[in-house]
Amino acid sequence: MSGSGKRVPVAKTYKIYIDGKFPRTESGRYFPLEDADGAVIANICRGSRKDFRNSVVAARKALDGWSAASAYLRGQILYRVAEMLEGRSEQFVAELCLQGLSRRKARNEVEASIDRLIYYAGWSDKYQQIFSAVNPVSSSHFNFSVLEPTGVVAVLAPNDSSLLGLISNIAPVIVGGNTAVVLASEKLPLCAVSFAEVLHASDVPAGVVNLLTGFREELCGQFASHMDVNAVIYCDGDVEVARSIQEKAADNIKRVIARVDNDWSDETSQNPYLIKETQETKTTWHPIGS
Amino acid sequence: MSTEPTKLAFDDGWQYAPAPESTDHFSIDEQYGLFINGEFVAPEEGRYFETINPATEDTISSVALASKADVDRAVKAARKAYNGKWSKMSGADRGKYIFRIARILQERAREFATVESLDGGKPIRESRDIDIPLAAAHFFYYAGWADKLEYAFPGRTPASLGVAGQVIPWNFPLLMAAWKIAPALACGNTVVLKPAETTPLTALKLAEVIRDAGLPPGVVNIVTGAGETGAAIVNHPDVNKVAFTGSTEVGRLIQRSIAGTGKKYTLELGGKAANVIFADAAIDQAVEGIVNGIFFNQGHVCCAGSRLLVQESVADEVISKLKERMETLIVGDPLDKNTDIGAINSASQLETIQSYLKVGQDEGAVMYQSSCNVPDRGYWCRPTIFTGASQSNRIVQEEIFGPVLAIQTFRTLEEGLTKANNTPYGLSGGVWTDKGAKIFKMTQKIRAGVVWANTFNKFDPTSPFGGYKESGVGREGGLHGLDAYLKLEV
Repeated sequence: MSGSGKRVPVAKTYKIYIDGKFPRTESGRYFPLEDADGAVIANICRGSRKDFRNSVVAARKALDGWSAASAYLRGQILYRVAEMLEGRSEQFVAELCLQGLSRRKARNEVEASIDRLIYYAGWSDKYQQIFSAVNPVSSSHFNFSVLEPTGVVAVLAPNDSSLLGLISNIAPVIVGGNTAVVLASEKLPLCAVSFAEVLHASDVPAGVVNLLTGFREELCGQFASHMDVNAVIYCDGDVEVARSIQEKAADNIKRVIARVDNDWSDETSQNPYLIKETQETKTTWHPIGS
Repeated sequence: MSTEPTKLAFDDGWQYAPAPESTDHFSIDEQYGLFINGEFVAPEEGRYFETINPATEDTISSVALASKADVDRAVKAARKAYNGKWSKMSGADRGKYIFRIARILQERAREFATVESLDGGKPIRESRDIDIPLAAAHFFYYAGWADKLEYAFPGRTPASLGVAGQVIPWNFPLLMAAWKIAPALACGNTVVLKPAETTPLTALKLAEVIRDAGLPPGVVNIVTGAGETGAAIVNHPDVNKVAFTGSTEVGRLIQRSIAGTGKKYTLELGGKAANVIFADAAIDQAVEGIVNGIFFNQGHVCCAGSRLLVQESVADEVISKLKERMETLIVGDPLDKNTDIGAINSASQLETIQSYLKVGQDEGAVMYQSSCNVPDRGYWCRPTIFTGASQSNRIVQEEIFGPVLAIQTFRTLEEGLTKANNTPYGLSGGVWTDKGAKIFKMTQKIRAGVVWANTFNKFDPTSPFGGYKESGVGREGGLHGLDAYLKLEV
């Protein structure tokens, strides 16, 4: 036992999350995150384009297994993520407070985030039934259309929401069997890194979610232009950035999901159409005969 | 006793007598204007271009070249019609107009089929049995949706978008016009459509049908021209939605050029589909499927089965049967009902195909063509296969858009699947096997929007069509095709 006074707390190192591991950025760069008084809260990894490329490789590698996992399993894993988040909610409340929220608002955001995960966990084995179809073609064929995941999705998480916006964009992507590379909020990155730790503890396979911190202006273009990314999500509503993302996305006809005016705390911002955004419709034909 | 397998001889005895479709039961105008605001009008700059019959190189008609100003007139007419009657009309009434289009198309089907073959070079059997009936069926299908849209999207209120700008290709001219116009109208939008410059005639005749069906002026506007006219539509600031079918190269340009405008878009682009034949397939049927996959419509099909992946143990048998079957294909007069393969759509497309024939040989693949005769005039390409093609060959990776098949072999399902998916495209695919479990494994794992199992190149208005990856964005056809022409409000 130490002799006198307060215990010295152990400060956390905030790292990025790639392929189920928590490396520092390969670039060795960082940026200090400061509180309202200018005191340094933490040094955040300033992720690089190389980190992004490594993440895409991990996400592509994880896609086969995750997209083939049963809907039931994906639902249970998302539910498990919610359980883990619930158990660590105090940590997230504290981080939100550090980043400037009142305790009441912080608590609300964490609770809403947990509930959002449960919401999408429940959709895992239902959205397919809502959006698929048996098509009554005129010829003698059995014909049906189902949804399949679009693939690797690059997510530029909302810059003005540390946790709820992040989860609201990751959950519909992965519940549908996609894998994701996510750029955390630049202003409010703490919860994202801690959420990666929650994912890691929740049986989410390595590479399904990869999470980077860093500068948007530096990484945005890479998220939009990478040739092995199938879709890109952008939430901040800046028209010029959205234009540039779509221009770069055209290199490989990426699906571009550019959101405007989302209030993530509003219950209309959770719905199965957000799952459908990163799904492809596949139609299969087979003759009917003897 | 001979142990030689029985083989049908196709080249002795009976010859097919010519069976040409007549062209005396309809007329084609010498000159067509632009269909804007319910009437045919002259282009502002007074420029016209000729459309020719690719089977004879004869000029059929002269067609207006729409300038930017003409496109602006068309968009203004469409906007006026949208703000006026069309967006306020009940779904049931909109539907009735679209039903009328379907019925008139059925009445004039023989004329449309003949004009389609004259203008584009496709065999009359295909335009008669596939293009025109499917186009009419498409209008009929979407007409019925017009007053039922609220049932299509649970929890959402659908609303129309406004003016749709649509640019379509030359391979299925009327059918693509139907794929674009029918859902747009059913969802309450108005339309400015540009047909391809080599095949404008059936779209202009469709304009007559639309006029005769009594649609309010400006609801559908059809402007003819080439790439610049298309760009003027896509980039017009008062267009709310862009729908394009064509090459991935142009699709990319469009996605870029409308970035930041908030225009909704669907792109139906190129493909390089693999037709995968397993050893346990019904081989004779599979051979028919290969033929239909690549030689249908001269191979001018974005979802053509232009790559054949055949399991090694049956490769020799499949290829030898395919060669025999190719010998029976009749290449020639598109208007002859016996014709299997018509004319290549244009001189420039023929040049593209021929350049790939050279590329394929230069890369080391072995070319084989059927021995048929082709006419002296017009644009023709014998059915062609390449054996010994490898995955990195350009004829395996790039869309040729002609009757040219690249053949590769595989041993295991995994190898076949990996090769099938190893292109930037993802429009369609084919699987041939008698094992149900294998069918589902393959159809699930092929990354493509349409997968045909033990069949190929089938289409239906109820069946969504569209690509994964670089083959495009969005779906056309079926309930899923409505999404492209609506905003879904909470």
